[in-house]
Amino acid sequence: MSTVNTQHAAPTGLWRARLRLASQSLRESWQLFARTRIGIIGLTIIGLYALLALAHPILMNTVWEPRTYDPVVGYAFDETQQPAPPSLKHLLGTDPLGRDILSQLMFSARSEFLLGLLAATVTVVIGTAVGAIAAYFGGWVDTLLMRLADIMIMMPAISVLIVLSALIGVEHFELALIIGILSGFGATGVVLKSQALSVVVKPYIDAARAAGGGHFHIILIHIVPNLLPLSFLYMMFTVTSAIFSEAVLSFLGLLDVRMSWGLMIHTTESAGYLLQVTDFWWLIFPASLSITLLCSAFYLVGRSLDEVVNPRLRSR
Amino acid sequence: MNGSSGISNPPSRTLISAVNLSKLYPVSEGWFRRDRSFIHAVDGVSFDLARGETLGLVGESGCGKTTTGRMLVRLTEPTDGQVLFNNESGDLEDIAHLKGAPLKNFRRRAQMVFQDPYESMNPRRTIFDTVAEPLHVQKIGDHSERFERVSETLSMVGLTPPSSFLFRFPHELSGGQRQRAAIARALVMNPSFVVADEPTSMLDISIRTGIMQLMGELADQLGISYLYITHDLAVARYMCSRIAVMYLGKIVEMGETEEVLRNPVHPYTKALLSAVPVPDPGADREPVTIKGSVSVPVDPLPRCRFYDRCPIADDFCRDNDHPPLEDKGAGRLAACHKA
Amino acid sequence: MTSDPVLVVEDLTMHYATRAGPVRAVDGVSFSVERGQSLGLVGESGCGKSSIAMTLLKLLPDNARLVSGSITLNGVDVVPLSENQMREHRWDRISMVFQAAMNSLDPVYRVGDQIIEALEAHSASAPRDAMERVRELFDLVSLDPSYIRRYPHEYSGGMRQRAIIAMALACEPDIIVADEPTTALDVIVQDHILREMQAIQRALNMSMIYISHDMAVIAEVCDVVGVMYAGKLVEFGPTAEVYARPIHPYTKALMSAFPSVRGEKHDLATLPGEPPDLLDPPSGCAFHPRCAYATDECRTSIPPTAKHGDQWATCWNPVADVDSE
Repeated sequence: MSTVNTQHAAPTGLWRARLRLASQSLRESWQLFARTRIGIIGLTIIGLYALLALAHPILMNTVWEPRTYDPVVGYAFDETQQPAPPSLKHLLGTDPLGRDILSQLMFSARSEFLLGLLAATVTVVIGTAVGAIAAYFGGWVDTLLMRLADIMIMMPAISVLIVLSALIGVEHFELALIIGILSGFGATGVVLKSQALSVVVKPYIDAARAAGGGHFHIILIHIVPNLLPLSFLYMMFTVTSAIFSEAVLSFLGLLDVRMSWGLMIHTTESAGYLLQVTDFWWLIFPASLSITLLCSAFYLVGRSLDEVVNPRLRSR
Repeated sequence: MNGSSGISNPPSRTLISAVNLSKLYPVSEGWFRRDRSFIHAVDGVSFDLARGETLGLVGESGCGKTTTGRMLVRLTEPTDGQVLFNNESGDLEDIAHLKGAPLKNFRRRAQMVFQDPYESMNPRRTIFDTVAEPLHVQKIGDHSERFERVSETLSMVGLTPPSSFLFRFPHELSGGQRQRAAIARALVMNPSFVVADEPTSMLDISIRTGIMQLMGELADQLGISYLYITHDLAVARYMCSRIAVMYLGKIVEMGETEEVLRNPVHPYTKALLSAVPVPDPGADREPVTIKGSVSVPVDPLPRCRFYDRCPIADDFCRDNDHPPLEDKGAGRLAACHKA
Repeated sequence: MTSDPVLVVEDLTMHYATRAGPVRAVDGVSFSVERGQSLGLVGESGCGKSSIAMTLLKLLPDNARLVSGSITLNGVDVVPLSENQMREHRWDRISMVFQAAMNSLDPVYRVGDQIIEALEAHSASAPRDAMERVRELFDLVSLDPSYIRRYPHEYSGGMRQRAIIAMALACEPDIIVADEPTTALDVIVQDHILREMQAIQRALNMSMIYISHDMAVIAEVCDVVGVMYAGKLVEFGPTAEVYARPIHPYTKALMSAFPSVRGEKHDLATLPGEPPDLLDPPSGCAFHPRCAYATDECRTSIPPTAKHGDQWATCWNPVADVDSE
């Protein structure tokens, strides 16, 4: 129990209450989330790939000999012919350059996660700021940001990325930034603005102004926290689009990356195996299935979060 | 009444006065359009509010009463006119277009209570955060002083013991308790002026009386002046010593509450009053004589705003400008050519 | 008065299933409405008055459970009826007017067409006759016939509510359930609509259940009034008598908390506490924690419904003493 007059009661009681709200809303959200089976399926897939990504450095340091198993410069000396079909030593076989496919797959999983999460974070930081500022200030600030959003939405992301990769060397980090900026200033910013519009008309915003609260205070304390659930939802969708864009660009050989799922398919294609799926299935399926699965997994989690965030969609 | 004389020789008891206050909203904001139309939401409204007095602003939705209230606490900037506020040093200061630090300073003295207790508090913040917000943004006191001040204010509004409310969230409180917390937020800086915008209209009857009594007691104890905005004449009767009746952005009648209710002068006040149902099955009300419904005052014609619906209007009302608010005897002001 | 009940409700109990347990929204409510009579149900938010309206029309959300009771409409118990069978009674025999008038009209269809659609769904009248009927209905609720071919957004709030009333009257129902039909409207418009509804109700000798939180509106519109608290009907009787001499302490408290613009300015009474949580209502009489007259008996056992003259009340310690017969 907190007592009123001791000086310590205030901060501890306050933080306890905030923790209580956070844990309560997390618990409620989780219950809603868990009720939608697709969310759990998505989360399971994401978890499996996360395990693969985490296991790779451990395997490389223990059982996998780097000369043979390095995803980029390794060569399977134990195989007579490359690409070699799956065997006990190479569970998913080797690629046309003699590299272990499972190792490539696991190594790439880590960079896919980093790429997706970085792109998503950039999107959400920009999108939340754009949404909150456009909705709060309105007027010419809003007009400017929304016209910018129109331009971002109109730009076909893949073509822009192709042009950019021709002009500058695009690696995972740059790719994440570009996707984040396009989406944050574009569609995500617009969606978050429409949500912010429903917040700025609440009387508590007026009350904060009447108290003397400045723009920064109102945006940070009252608007942004109410946008976070929706921001989080759009993070998931951005991860999907980032992984997908990476795959397309790597496949076209436009990305300056050491290894990725898209690059694995690119290698298969440039060695001429792409159309011989039935004979050389291990060259194509592991990578393409991983792209599909991880993209779908984040999408499923997003869809399921949508039901948590938008009560209207909740099925009874 | 004109503004400049008001500044030089203020009536000493006046806390705040509106002088010819207007707010126009453009109808459509076209970049290439020259002939813009305006909604005259508030159109030349003037009144004085004395220290410790409660003035009721009464009217139907869309009459401009809320906009007037918002202008007095500067949540809305007036298009025209002055808001003279009696500041600490005893001078009347026009706060209509204040900015920056002076405006922030004015906010310590003038606060607002909102209609909807469910929407007037951020659902993600504790009652302490909400009530302490004015102290926080105004940088008044350190954390423990704020804590003590908030606790005192909560007890003052009947949320006792404060320790059992401080760290709860709005959704854990009932409507009546929330409205008390909202009143606490408005009073935490000891303001001298509070605009109360329909503070009880969303509460149930059994809760409403308690809030009305609380607001009355606080006004007596702390010497607060209220501008009490309501659509409900019966509530105004219990809360306000004087009332001003608004119609389409204009004050049409103003006077002592009991006097106005007993003997309304303006035909609109008469209609409004006779339309209020009474909780007595035997009572026979006289039928309401006005027709039509409230329109939106877009570029109104230079004639009485009530002309279209008035049962006693004649050609004179049609051909002349909106009548000024004049003394119709015994301190009663009304804006009508015929009354 | 000879008894010709259009609607008889007996021991109606309806719960909402929630994750925290059943919410006892309507708890053993019984009343009847005579032909041509208007019954008012008054109470505060969450007392179950709107839930009764939804139950009578069997327009319940998925989580509502009709636990017990019967609803006899013109001699037919509608509780066991399937949704398809019920649809024949809705509009034809019992219809409704809700508070949110904007939501009851489809924004993409002309108002007249919506009424015609309702008419055609329930009677085999030819389109020409239907149009004629819409004209009659518009005339009945004082709407200009030119508005028949307009869209809902072109209507003002009061006009929309009139259109909804016209729609409810379309099939000449025996009884109309009006749930806070004027609450969102300004007083002058409310006054017009109340007067029209009363006139129509008398002209058609129709029955009406009028639900409101506003004691004054009920006083003007209704012949008989039922006061609800925590899902129960705590007092019931002719309006004039209930208002002149409330028997239940809650009714009395409501009356004395209600401000009036006319008459003597009496002190407004304050009711302590808050309405109960229907997930976990208080023991005994649900009103006892807020009641000035509560005794141990009130805390432990549920009071029976007893007759006091023409009134009925559910209270151990009635505040007015009216001899039974």
